[in-house]
Amino acid sequence: MSIPKETLLHAYRTMKTIREFEERVNAEIMNGQIPGFTHLYTGQEANAVGVCTHLDESDTIISTHRGHGHCIAKGAEVSGMMKELFGSSEGLCKGKGGSMHVADIDKGILGANGIVAGGPPISVGSALAAKIRKNGKVAVSFSGDGSVNQGTCFEAMNMAVVLQAPAVFVIENNFYSEHTSINYAVGCDDLKARTEAFGFPVFVADGADFFAVHEAAGEAIAHARAGNGPAGVFAEQGRYHGHFVGDPQAYRTEGELEDLRENHCPLKNFRARMAETGELNEDELDAIDAEVMAKIEQSVTDAKAAARPTAEQVTEDVYIQYNATA
Amino acid sequence: MPEKTMRDAINEALHQAMEQDDSVFVIGEDVAGCSGSGGDVGSVGGVFGVTGGIYHRWPNRCIDTPISESAIVGAAAGAALVGMRPVAEIMFADFIGVCMDQIVNQMAKFRYMFGGKSRCPAVIRFSAGGGFSAAGQHSQAMYQVMTSFPGLKVVVPSNAYDAKGLLLSAIQDDDPVLFFEPKILYQETAEVPDDMYTIPFGEANFVREGDDVTVVAFGQMVPKTAAVIDTLGEEGISCDLIDPRTTSPLDESAILESVEATGRLVIVDEAPPRCGLTADIAGLAADKAFSSLKAPIKQVSAPHSPTPFSPELEAAYLPDAEKITAAIKATLA
Ligand SMILES: Cc1ncc(C[n+]2csc(CCOP(=O)(O)OP(=O)(O)O)c2C)c(N)n1
Ligand SMILES: [Mg+2]
Repeated sequence: MSIPKETLLHAYRTMKTIREFEERVNAEIMNGQIPGFTHLYTGQEANAVGVCTHLDESDTIISTHRGHGHCIAKGAEVSGMMKELFGSSEGLCKGKGGSMHVADIDKGILGANGIVAGGPPISVGSALAAKIRKNGKVAVSFSGDGSVNQGTCFEAMNMAVVLQAPAVFVIENNFYSEHTSINYAVGCDDLKARTEAFGFPVFVADGADFFAVHEAAGEAIAHARAGNGPAGVFAEQGRYHGHFVGDPQAYRTEGELEDLRENHCPLKNFRARMAETGELNEDELDAIDAEVMAKIEQSVTDAKAAARPTAEQVTEDVYIQYNATA
Repeated sequence: MPEKTMRDAINEALHQAMEQDDSVFVIGEDVAGCSGSGGDVGSVGGVFGVTGGIYHRWPNRCIDTPISESAIVGAAAGAALVGMRPVAEIMFADFIGVCMDQIVNQMAKFRYMFGGKSRCPAVIRFSAGGGFSAAGQHSQAMYQVMTSFPGLKVVVPSNAYDAKGLLLSAIQDDDPVLFFEPKILYQETAEVPDDMYTIPFGEANFVREGDDVTVVAFGQMVPKTAAVIDTLGEEGISCDLIDPRTTSPLDESAILESVEATGRLVIVDEAPPRCGLTADIAGLAADKAFSSLKAPIKQVSAPHSPTPFSPELEAAYLPDAEKITAAIKATLA
């Protein structure tokens, strides 16, 4: 399947944007500029981008605590996200949510989520709405290898089958949930088979390879869009950082991280593929790198200069309307 | 006496309880850590480090779980029903949202619904409260909600000394106990004896003693309020500061006796105001000590809003010295 040049450029630009956004966020956390709990997506860029290149604005995604990559891939504006992480009132969520709650409903981003497996049931609701409205939209939820062990995830998968809703469950196996290995936390040997046992097809991809994820996600999303009920994507790819910044990562084996960065890099893989096929040349890719770096730099400059929230804003946006008299 | 952090005091209590009674076990996400990995299994000891070292000593009684809060609480409840004394860890009190049924409809109700024929000596530990810019799903106090359920005992320590003694009581208690650790206090130190000791439930601690105003505070608000009261002392205002330590059972008589003596009451808690502990205790005083009151009761709490992320917003959200001072002074105006 050949991918249009526009899409290739967009995919590379988006993966690079995620990579540089995350690396810069990591640095700004160390600088003490970003408060709260932040989880970085570096290394897993191909998953988010491989899936979201099949979606338009009115399809929805719902993300996880490790949500920056999903949000960027679905079109969240980088500068608004950076401002949010810095806690500015000009941030995408006015500084109310921060890293774990980045959302942009108008773009079909139903939010990062601080509750592990909080998202899949909500995604089934979005899928159900698409089914009732017969508008051909799909609802994608992202879940980690740890998240899939939560009852809410099981319930969402089963109910999506029962309702034949166009829900797409993307399972990202990065091998760990916090400090616990998937080998321990998933009791069976084959998570893909366990997921398929709910009654929908699951398409497998190497999460370091944009083209593999793109293809698997394409099949899953086409299945759901065509009204055949839910589908799944199962992608394996490690994260490059700890669970959180400062994680000692005692669960890693020696050389694991080096191997990941060296031999499992979606960006390197993408460039290698382009060198092979000649679809994009090095100058085009280098130009994107430069453009992305400038954009991230600008987003940090903007975030540092952005307005800070004031005390009166604490109680804004709890409700749309609330008849309380003080 | 040695100084210990609240984290270490709780850890010591767990070690001592495990040593003394082999029906005690610890269960939760990453309470050992690195399970199934090629790395250093047992090296995490909980994301806040509270269960550190337990796995190395008792690998069979320090049990990592999948991310499955309902099953964690349910497993603790079930093991307790058949005679074990589990201490489960739920990483953040906010995750009660995920396991509410097992706590509220299951373990809280067993004894009553079974006609007094069962016991469920489970302890569920939670990190709780704000102050980390952790936003709406990782900052809630939650203990005020859980206090409303008959059948549960609810503990909120405010310092390392109390935390150890209260946890040892909780583990020995034959009823289900929810133990809320204000996470902002983990690093705070106090003098903590090395030996085992217990602090009975339902006995408030008078953190300060004074004549003018009764102030009741919970969890992380206790040290904050104590600092305010010390400053007011320099202005000649003296206050009782009461830390109930357990919100269920509640030491009503300590509060009422103090209010009868001072005639003034301020209650401070970090949770939002509706149906919370400040309203609960204001109601208690209005009901049972009304004739002693010389001024309206003042409640200091967070506003009726989720916890915001931005540090400026969270600072404005949580009760601070200014608000606590203003409330105390208002009762004297
Ligand atoms: C209900 C709930 N339980 C526990 C946590 C704490 N927690 C946050 S992320 C995480 C691990 C999630 O693992 P996984 O689903 O594999 O996602 P990954 O972090 O690997 O992207 C845990 C346990 C949480 N946020 N919510
Ligand atoms: Mg994972």
